[in-house]
Amino acid sequence: MKKSTMIDLLWVVTRRDLVLAMRRRADVLTTLIFFVMVVSLFPLGVGPEMDMLRKMAPGVLWVAALLSSMLSLGRLFSADHLDGTLEQMLLVPQSLSMLVLGKMIAHWMVAGLPLVLMAPVLGIQFDMSAEAIGVLILGLLLGTPILSMLGAIGAALTLGLRGGGVLLSLLVLPLCIPVLIFGTGAVDAVSSGLSVASHLSLLGAMLVLALVFTPWVTAQALRISME
Amino acid sequence: MAINWFKYSAPTTFYSLAGKLIPWFAVAAAALFAVGMYIGFYIAPVDYQQGEFYRIIFIHVPASILSMFLYLIMAGYAAMGLIFNTRLSAMMATAIAPTGALFAFISLWTGALWGKPMWGAWWVWDARLTSELILLFLYLGFIALHASIDDPRRADRASALLAIVGSVNVPIIYFSVKWWNTLHQGSTIKFSGTSMHVAMQQAMFIMLVACWLYAIAVILARVRSIILERERHTKWINELPEVKHVA
Repeated sequence: MKKSTMIDLLWVVTRRDLVLAMRRRADVLTTLIFFVMVVSLFPLGVGPEMDMLRKMAPGVLWVAALLSSMLSLGRLFSADHLDGTLEQMLLVPQSLSMLVLGKMIAHWMVAGLPLVLMAPVLGIQFDMSAEAIGVLILGLLLGTPILSMLGAIGAALTLGLRGGGVLLSLLVLPLCIPVLIFGTGAVDAVSSGLSVASHLSLLGAMLVLALVFTPWVTAQALRISME
Repeated sequence: MAINWFKYSAPTTFYSLAGKLIPWFAVAAAALFAVGMYIGFYIAPVDYQQGEFYRIIFIHVPASILSMFLYLIMAGYAAMGLIFNTRLSAMMATAIAPTGALFAFISLWTGALWGKPMWGAWWVWDARLTSELILLFLYLGFIALHASIDDPRRADRASALLAIVGSVNVPIIYFSVKWWNTLHQGSTIKFSGTSMHVAMQQAMFIMLVACWLYAIAVILARVRSIILERERHTKWINELPEVKHVA
């Protein structure tokens, strides 16, 4: 076997999922629109005072990102499950974890990355400083992949269940709390003039941990759900 | 004589063993609850700072300790069920979850009752309260996942995996919430000694043991019900006197 087989597999799966997502662009857009809408609802709900909005902004953006990434997780495995592709994927001789990692990366690029790119615009709406927006984006860049990866475990466990979407959020949201805490913590730290290194390092550490463990756990969950 | 360590890992033998053990644990739990409450309410002195309000710790602290330990025990059984594929382990994990959730809820509820006179607020977003709340969410997620999968085998395995992922996450959640905010009073019982009155310690310890015994009795009773439900088509269940009598 060639040495590059694993990377090839990763690339093939990621590319396939990205192509599929681009064929159904509306799905990508709905997630993004949902994110923008949830964020826009907060000023309407709590009032337009700029001081308060500036303080709330990181929390609001992070919670909205969390919710919108939950929204698209149901589709991560369900389409492949319905047309039987997933069963074929379980049978391939290469590592299932690697295949799952490819799907996670594709999911992040479709559901997470647009949110990160959209965040600065919403940050300006909330009158965040340029520095705070920079840290917010860094935090989101480190944090949203973790959300996709933790979410993949939930998506695999709830595959094909009635009411899977709500159940999925119930399972995954508590696990995402550390990401939320350090993501918003970093922005709060920069706003109060403290160092952001510790928060971002912790987010990075969680990303590495998630990269190591979640593909394997998701692969196990898929095997349990498909047997 | 060789001892068969795995004799009671089969539902058949465990069912009758659990039936024999339940009355002992239940009676002991009731007796210790009575003794603990008596010491807690009548013998333990009034606290010079918190007045009579502190007495809620006699249920609050055991409930918090149990809610955390039961999650770990549940995850342990779940892992055993996944690794060794034993039916009983998965049933135990399922049986523990509601009791664990109950204790997490009691801990939150009594904490709120204590917080109102002490802090002037039913709820504060402090590290321990928040992580206890998240623990309750983890229990509820486990129960919900198990309940929504019809095939018991898949339900066992899927929720077992969730419990293991949750238990890996518990320390991360705990420390992240702790760094996020700390307002709760520090631990009173320290390894170097304690600032508590002896009667208070005794009452709390007795209540803790009573809660453990109660939890064991209830979990055994629940696991018996689960065994009856899951194995209802087998011959040995239908030959049980209590089943025959009803049928």
